[in-house]
Amino acid sequence: MPKPLRIVIWIGVALLGALAVATIALRRGEQINAMWLVIAAFCSFALGYRFYSKFVSAKVLGLDEQRATPAERLENGRDFVPTNKWVVFGHHFAAIAGPGPLVGPVLAAQFGYLPGTLWVLAGAVFGGCVQDFVILLFSIRRDGKSMTEMAREEIGRVGGFVAYVAVISIIIILLGATALIVVNALKSSPWGAFTIAMTIPIALIMGLYLRRLRPGRVLETSILGFVLVMLAIWGGQWASQTPSLARVFTLSASTLAILIIVYGFAASALPVWLLLAPRDYLSTFVKLGTIALLALGIIALRPTLHMPALTRFVDGTGPVFAGSIFPFAFITIACGAISGFHSLIASGTTPKLIRRESEARMVGYGAMLAESTVAIMAMIAACVLQPGTYFAINSPAGVVGQAPELAAATITGWGFPVTAAEMHSLAQAVGEQTLFNRTGGAPAFAVGMAHIFSNSLGGQAVMALWYHFAIMFEALFILTILDAGTRVGRFMVQDALGHIWKPLGRTSWYPSIVGTSALVVSAWGFFLWQGVKDPVGGINSLWPLFGISNQLLATVALCVATTIIIKMVKARYALVTLLPLGWLVSVTFTAAWQKIFDPHPRIGFLAHARYLASSAPAHEASRLIFNDRLDAVVTGFLLVMVVLILLESALECAKVLSGRKQAGVKETPFVASRFATEEQG
Amino acid sequence: MMRLRDLVGVVLATLREIFDESAYRRFLERRQMVSSRKAYAEFMREDELLRARRPRCC
Repeated sequence: MPKPLRIVIWIGVALLGALAVATIALRRGEQINAMWLVIAAFCSFALGYRFYSKFVSAKVLGLDEQRATPAERLENGRDFVPTNKWVVFGHHFAAIAGPGPLVGPVLAAQFGYLPGTLWVLAGAVFGGCVQDFVILLFSIRRDGKSMTEMAREEIGRVGGFVAYVAVISIIIILLGATALIVVNALKSSPWGAFTIAMTIPIALIMGLYLRRLRPGRVLETSILGFVLVMLAIWGGQWASQTPSLARVFTLSASTLAILIIVYGFAASALPVWLLLAPRDYLSTFVKLGTIALLALGIIALRPTLHMPALTRFVDGTGPVFAGSIFPFAFITIACGAISGFHSLIASGTTPKLIRRESEARMVGYGAMLAESTVAIMAMIAACVLQPGTYFAINSPAGVVGQAPELAAATITGWGFPVTAAEMHSLAQAVGEQTLFNRTGGAPAFAVGMAHIFSNSLGGQAVMALWYHFAIMFEALFILTILDAGTRVGRFMVQDALGHIWKPLGRTSWYPSIVGTSALVVSAWGFFLWQGVKDPVGGINSLWPLFGISNQLLATVALCVATTIIIKMVKARYALVTLLPLGWLVSVTFTAAWQKIFDPHPRIGFLAHARYLASSAPAHEASRLIFNDRLDAVVTGFLLVMVVLILLESALECAKVLSGRKQAGVKETPFVASRFATEEQG
Repeated sequence: MMRLRDLVGVVLATLREIFDESAYRRFLERRQMVSSRKAYAEFMREDELLRARRPRCC
């Protein structure tokens, strides 16, 4: 394409993007079409990829086509395999995409669609994508080393320790918070509980089918599993209408929590092929298909957003979670804009598959842009709901009241009209007994998704099926994370305990498997139980805690990246990682400080403990007070970790910049790539 | 037509990689085995430690 034409096209993209951002930012008091969000995202992401990621590749990282990657040098047909870039892109995207970019934007929609959307656009282009890209490249240049190893080698022993603690913390808090989302979505929902319960025997059937009947035919088995899951959704409707079955599957939050804890323990201790692997395949299959379907649904329907750009809750008094836009919008939307967890994937399997250094840009930067697009779709799904409906679903009973009439009156009083009758007919349309107080984000997303799907495919008659499809999709996602996360946590604990007593580190020794599985499950189970028993729904305390721990991990990743860039004698470009690092530090510090010390009981853990001590009966209050104090200690501990890694990283950088330490990074030596030679030949 | 075929090829290759079918094929080539229950059980055993340490993102 001639250069002048390219320039004209990119100017056109920039102008269109500016128009879309201006439209979503400046329109007040009138509803806008969701396509403005789609256009703003498409143009921002295209510009970010074309110009900013190219700048980072060329100037900061100096991607070298001639340099062999570990996939080429260490090729073994197992974990080191040179792979087509599109295949690695798909593989990486499937690994980083989870429920986070779906749930975070739905919760943050309580501020209106504007804050969350702007944060996803800017946070992804300048923060999340950069983090994923640089960590991937640095891992490639170190034979695919993990983030923890890179932190230890490039920053120091404290950095390595903090990275380890951050990973364990995020796994435990993540599992507790996401398990609570499943509980809130399935409580008193016989249809949903039946469908999700059926996914366990379906996964076992898939495992046996793969092992005994059609070895290695994973795609075929996943399609079979998908068909069975569809039957389970259909069967769920029948179960919910059959009184004897409906009674069995109408479960309280406490019962569901116990069942999920038992399931997490069993999944961690059972052989991988029997439950974990088939569930993982099934979840990935459903995930990729549903995301594609949602994108098509939004484009086909082009829905109108009913949520205003900004709501009155920007002042921090929101019912979904308490706290003002800064810092809480930025820790609530983690995975859609920047997620520390991605650095584990970018320094895990992916660097061992990349064929050429130049492909790291498309995989690292590009896959995160795709993830952020999912976050924009989730924001749209939440904002197509009438605001009154959105708040009725997402507000806990402790804030709006237990009785439907009282809850509806409270929400209407906020300026978001809704009636108990409207909510009742919506609940009936989606096959639920009630949609009030369904906190956690998943049910609101499911209602939004069902609205989009049923309007573009099947009409109102199938809205209940689409709703339960969406619930199944999210719960399947989350339960897969519970399986995998518990097992990863177990291995990490076993690795650490193995230094104390060798047999404890043996991953095949059953007493160690059972003991460490129980330890990890108890840890996240504690947070889950705490959330279930929380009178204001649990999400208010657990999701910010998850956001803080996730952003702590991102802080560790960006500290590693900044230190390496300075050691590469490229300090003039260090702002590329230093700016998002500075932003994250300010967000994490402010959020953690407010969660511990804010005098408002809905925000500060300690203030809430004081409030309980003075108002609730002693026998009920003591456990809740203990939970609040523990949450405060956990948050404070995470804060101390941030300080430690920042100090050690700053010290290391200062030594290099002042000349007290020779600049130099611990990369594997250069080896010429045969792929480059073959192409030139 | 050619481009469409390429696109379908890439999508299928991606799915085969995501769903570990390619990993199984490489395993069979490396061990010089043919697909069977025993071969798949051995592949799963070899893959178990790698897979179990693979986190799934949030």
